[in-house]
Amino acid sequence: MQIQRRRSLAALAGGLGLAASPLAWAQFRVEISGIGATQLPVGITRFRDEERSGQPVSAIVRADLERSGMFRTVESSGTMDERSLPVYPDWRARGADALVSGSVTKLSDGRFDVRFKLWDVVKGAEIVGQALAVPGDDLRMAAHRIADEVHQRLTGERGVNATRIAYVTRAANRYALRITDADGEGGQVALASPQPIISPAWSPDGRKLAYVSFETGKAVVMVQDVLTGARQSVASFRGSNSAPAWSPDGRKLAVTLSRDGVSQLYLIDMDGGPLRRLTTTTAIDTEAAFAPDGQSIYFVSDRGGAPQIYRVPTAGGNAERVTFSGSYNISPAISPDGRTMAYVTRDGGGAFRVMTLELTGGASPNAVSDTRDDESPSFAPNGRLIIYASRAQGRDVLMTTTLDGKIRTRLLSSGLDVREPAWGPFGR
Amino acid sequence: MNHTSRITGWAAAAAAVLLVGCSSAVKLDEAPIESRDVKAGSAGGAGSSGTGSPGVAGGTGQSTVTPVDLTKGAGANAAASAGRVVYFDFDSFVVRDEFRGLIEAHARNLASNKGKRMVVEGHTDERGGREYNLALGQKRAEAVAKSMALLGAGESQVEAVSFGKERPVSEGQDEAAWAKNRRAELKDR
Repeated sequence: MQIQRRRSLAALAGGLGLAASPLAWAQFRVEISGIGATQLPVGITRFRDEERSGQPVSAIVRADLERSGMFRTVESSGTMDERSLPVYPDWRARGADALVSGSVTKLSDGRFDVRFKLWDVVKGAEIVGQALAVPGDDLRMAAHRIADEVHQRLTGERGVNATRIAYVTRAANRYALRITDADGEGGQVALASPQPIISPAWSPDGRKLAYVSFETGKAVVMVQDVLTGARQSVASFRGSNSAPAWSPDGRKLAVTLSRDGVSQLYLIDMDGGPLRRLTTTTAIDTEAAFAPDGQSIYFVSDRGGAPQIYRVPTAGGNAERVTFSGSYNISPAISPDGRTMAYVTRDGGGAFRVMTLELTGGASPNAVSDTRDDESPSFAPNGRLIIYASRAQGRDVLMTTTLDGKIRTRLLSSGLDVREPAWGPFGR
Repeated sequence: MNHTSRITGWAAAAAAVLLVGCSSAVKLDEAPIESRDVKAGSAGGAGSSGTGSPGVAGGTGQSTVTPVDLTKGAGANAAASAGRVVYFDFDSFVVRDEFRGLIEAHARNLASNKGKRMVVEGHTDERGGREYNLALGQKRAEAVAKSMALLGAGESQVEAVSFGKERPVSEGQDEAAWAKNRRAELKDR
């Protein structure tokens, strides 16, 4: 029993009587499937004068809240701003538990003063009000910060709307490593290359990206400072160099090297210490992912004949097997609280699906997608969403999903193949 | 010489261009050898004392045939004409018997040209993860490189690398396309 509802943000905006400017198209389309998720009903009115700012601020906030899976928006027509006194019975009648409104005012120095207020409709009281003065280029960021504040106040945990996502696009054999806002907007190119780029990984401080580039004719691990563009080759040994993963303290980079004959895990000391080999088998060992405490590393190995996920102490020692269902389990990603692993399985029908597995034991794996070509899951820094690559209508696309698979959104990418997503950390 | 003269003209020419390519120690970033034109071929020939055939290469400037085979003999000639792509079965790293000759020819050529370098690029079909496929492609490339070492090529002469599923020759999504993509390509350095 699944009910599927689909709605584009533009239709939503139109239904609410908002200006349907092209900017109102957020790049993620929200596709809600399934019922039963507990979602807090929130009213969000248009912000006063936002149409003069060039950005649909309230629509960005609304899309952010919906994508998180924690909220649903209620019918929110009407004109108000942060100074208004809401007619609480009216909002209760619409089914709202909370209400957001605000304004956007152009300042004499060209910046914009973005103000908002969040009300508790049930109690009939203010929760928080804030003002942010930002240049026009940061209006989207201001909207994301408002969504994060609302998220935090209403759920007690951090929102991820002001974080960034790295991914790779391919068009006519030109590859680009791009960085966008968490809603897929505001994209910037960090690296353009005629050769493939795979496996981007954010440093824990969000300043650097490690990735695999084929620019020299083979797979080499590079680290690039996002702000300055400075690049450094950190692994270009004989053979292939790939699958970079940062330790939580940012001082080590786990990589896969074939320098000794077969793909094995090694640890690069980013402070200049010696290279350390982590696994010693005659099988493929690859795709390292650190546990959030840095004490252990999850990875993929076919030492048992087929690829399965294992865990090994970072200090070295015996590996223990983690996945037991299915004959092809790859690409582990560990949630920030260390309790859940997302990975890709090949099921009996040959479909590749994103799964989640509770690492605390007992439970069986859960499929969180219904597509056939999933790859590269990556957790949002608050652990509430997973971004992954998939295919739809013959294109490589990016999807986000809640951990229960009930709220999924798709990045609309205007004719580009998009793949290899990596969700960045908090803070920028 | 009389051995060579029995080869038909086009085959000799093709072999010559290929061999000249093989003999070049210059690193080429771009196109595979086969796409080079005659000018590139003769330029390589003129500077190709590394082929180990001084008596021949020294005396001829323009001929594309000269450096081919007089001293290299059948092995070198076979390396040129044997092809450069080894195909693999699904989920397999075993070099099929039909490609043994090809690998042997390239290995012999390396054994008798110690200055020559090759790279073996492993590739997979599109199914599955990018990193795991990169490792699978590496395993295919290593299998070919190891065979070449067993047949006399120096270990430092051959580097095995992988492109995983990143560089398919066929974009199709059926077994025919996948079979073409599961391969190792032997390239000159």
